Amino acid sequence: MSAVRTPLASQRRNAELGLGVVAILVTVGGYLLLALSSAPALPSDFWFFLAFISSLFFVAHIGVRFLAPNAEPTLLPLVTMLNGLGFVMISRLDLVLPESQRTARTQAVWIAVGIGVCCLVLGLVRNIDALRRYRSIFLALGVGALLLPLLPGLGYEANNARLWIHLGPLNFQPGEAAKVLLVIFFAAYLGDNRELLRAGTRRIGRMFLPAPRHLGPLLLPWAAAILIMVQQKDLGSSLLFFAVFVAMLYMATERAAYVFIGLLLFAAAAFIAYLAFSHVQLRVDIWLDPWKDAQNRGYQLVQSLFALGSGGLSGAGLGLGRPDLIPYASTDFVFSAIGEELGLYGTVSVVIAFLLFVGSGFRIAVQASRPFPKLLAAGLTTIIGIQTFVIVGGVIRLIPLTGVTLPFVSYGGSSLIANFAILALLLRVSDETAIEAHLAAEQAARIDAASAASGATK
Amino acid sequence: MNRAIRRVGYVVVALLLIIVGQLTYLQVIDSSKLANDPRNSRIFLRNFNRPRGKIISADGEVLALSTRTNDEYGYQRTYPQGSLFAHTVGYQSVIIGSAGVERSYDDDLTGRSLANNPLRYPSLLRGGNQVGDVVLSLRADIQRVAKDALAGQRGSVTVIDPSTGAIIAMYTNPSFDPQPLASHNSSAVQKYYSALSADPLNPALPRAYREIYPPGSTFKVVTTSAALATGKATPESVYPPDRSYTAPQTDNAINNFGNKPCGGTLPEAFRQSCNAVFARLGVEMGEEFVPELEGFGFNSAPEIDLSPGAAVSVGPQVGSFKNDKPSFALAGIGQGPVAGTPLQMALVAAAIANKGIIMKPHVGEKVTDREGKVVSRVKPSAWKKATSPEIAATLTEFMLSVVNSGTGTAARIPGIAVAGKTGTAQSPGGPPHAWFIAFAPAEAPRFAISVIIERGGSVGDEATGGRVAAPVAAKVLRALLGVK
Repeated sequence: MSAVRTPLASQRRNAELGLGVVAILVTVGGYLLLALSSAPALPSDFWFFLAFISSLFFVAHIGVRFLAPNAEPTLLPLVTMLNGLGFVMISRLDLVLPESQRTARTQAVWIAVGIGVCCLVLGLVRNIDALRRYRSIFLALGVGALLLPLLPGLGYEANNARLWIHLGPLNFQPGEAAKVLLVIFFAAYLGDNRELLRAGTRRIGRMFLPAPRHLGPLLLPWAAAILIMVQQKDLGSSLLFFAVFVAMLYMATERAAYVFIGLLLFAAAAFIAYLAFSHVQLRVDIWLDPWKDAQNRGYQLVQSLFALGSGGLSGAGLGLGRPDLIPYASTDFVFSAIGEELGLYGTVSVVIAFLLFVGSGFRIAVQASRPFPKLLAAGLTTIIGIQTFVIVGGVIRLIPLTGVTLPFVSYGGSSLIANFAILALLLRVSDETAIEAHLAAEQAARIDAASAASGATK
Repeated sequence: MNRAIRRVGYVVVALLLIIVGQLTYLQVIDSSKLANDPRNSRIFLRNFNRPRGKIISADGEVLALSTRTNDEYGYQRTYPQGSLFAHTVGYQSVIIGSAGVERSYDDDLTGRSLANNPLRYPSLLRGGNQVGDVVLSLRADIQRVAKDALAGQRGSVTVIDPSTGAIIAMYTNPSFDPQPLASHNSSAVQKYYSALSADPLNPALPRAYREIYPPGSTFKVVTTSAALATGKATPESVYPPDRSYTAPQTDNAINNFGNKPCGGTLPEAFRQSCNAVFARLGVEMGEEFVPELEGFGFNSAPEIDLSPGAAVSVGPQVGSFKNDKPSFALAGIGQGPVAGTPLQMALVAAAIANKGIIMKPHVGEKVTDREGKVVSRVKPSAWKKATSPEIAATLTEFMLSVVNSGTGTAARIPGIAVAGKTGTAQSPGGPPHAWFIAFAPAEAPRFAISVIIERGGSVGDEATGGRVAAPVAAKVLRALLGVK
């Protein structure tokens, strides 16, 4: 079965190609600067990886040409730029690390796998509505994925959070996949039951709430997900999930009451978590005053702030700063590393890239014609936007720091694969919307032509 | 649904824009505060994680060098001469910053000044270590002689070339070993530094240029020069053999040393260091005294190529005579409002030696690149005009008689004409400070010297400048002039 090509297709794909080349130039430019700043210490496979990373965009682009030719053209170039910038930063951090700790190579493989997953999802999900029919399966898979790290023998704890599983030689964070799976479920359930949830039959005070029968299937998995994540001490994901869920509920029902209830629940949960868990207290205390114990508990955040301050407006220059002083510089704190060497110009560029991505995502949601793809696109976009806010806000001391990855930029396979799956689903929704709009326009034209013809025969 | 989706979109966009706001705060408004926070190790790493030039004495001994290490800094600063040059070479510390030549010549040692020199661009392109070695005017052999001559007594020896201002030796006892300060172990540095700061003898203080003392009778060189310049005295002036002098506005008499009568012609009074005569001259000159002593460098500090620089040497202030005549009497004999650094007193001797002109003192001689080519050289320049060549010649005669047959005979060197002046400066809280300033050879001066022994040194209350300080100066001058 070949994809439907609307007249928009070639224009959109050519735009994607042009923007993608620009994004690659950014990566190549960063790479060249890196090479100039540290020529003697350059790894021998440096150029090979540059070529490899650059070629991946073309693979993805060709995939989209065949599998979703009418899709939104800005998403893939934005992802390419964020990916490339992250890869340059990870390669830069590698320069001062011993061979055994270098990660750029692995990251290159994960990006390739991520592009593969993106094409695979586009190939498998030819019709977005198909996902809706399997919503129970996505629910089961999502909750299952969250539970996996708790299984003895399979899961293990790293950096004080039990988020990881061993799969042979690979380590995986199934929570990343769970995010996407559960948003698919929520979009499907909310899309099908939004009228029921919207109307409300039970009156509590001045508010009408839906019957527990309808709320239950929604609240139970959501509460379970939150509890599991709290159990695993994954504060970042809990926060992200909570926010995305409330946003989706609001978008489905357009009832502000859900937002208020959500915020109240959040405040209560945050307060209880603060009192009950020492690690939550610690995060909040560090956020309020990282300088009090700058050498120990506040160390990570203080190093991040030093990096950003030292970078200043235009940055130290690639390869010329000391982002290796920041702990976890290639994962949680990659944004601070970019801030040190590329300055405010670099950090704001990254934020703008995310703004454009989020903007495109919400536009796709608004343009989609049916509730399920609308909610799916909006939910997935919210994940990217909120996750960016949670981690960037954390490393710049806007909110307490919780460890999540910066989408597409941070080092990490699970996160890359999940985010490429999100990209694929957004591309699919936009492709479908374009086809539907085209078909609708054709039909309207045909009706017009028919009525004009019948008018002529009169 | 679209309305709600848009609203959520606006919220997400707003959150990301708040991030831009906070980023602007951190990376622009708060940037320099964060970048220069003492806890931000980037500052140190920028200075430490790179090769750094050597500091070398005039006679070719390495005083500071950087050796490769395997820790995060990559280089360790080493001071092979330990405490001998601590007060001039200083230290470069990860924890407490840097001082001395390490700080004042930082741009040369790190190679920044070399990189900014357009003439050197071709060699920059060749690559390699573009750091500068700083060669000092100080001689390690003379430092050692000075240290030995002080023989553990608290005080300092400063030797200067009067015609260039080049400092040839500047040693202060007690001193300290800068090596532990250069350690990369911050707690070890902190511990050593607190111990240094807590030491009541304050060995970290470079007394030679950072501490001021009453100069006592050595200041009579300035008083005499001023009296001759202002016409209040001539070499032929004769003074009665008084035992003491009492200034207007006070009942406190200023006594001669040992309460003996002392007087005669001006050179005779100078040779015997009669307090009553010079206290009287101080009052007779009054306000006119101030610009004269300021011409010798008092009420200011010489700009020296050390960091931190020299302390301000003080004297009576303009306009203070009318209400405080007794202070001018005390100033005449180098007490009361007068206090100078040992470096300043060496400059007083140098002024007479150099026909009245004080050259700007400096410890650096030149900066060379790794191939030994001279990159820059310290150019001698005048600092102050202290007096006229005629008055300088007269004072040279006066000072010669001090060493030949006056209070400074302990500084006599066979075959060399030494011109000097002793001082025994009273200071509350203990025995007097013993002073000696001199230059030699008197006919063609090559070296000017000041010696101070705090609190009388090993002799205590019995000390005089002639007995305690003059022999130290003699030992150092002998070494300088090659006299056994």
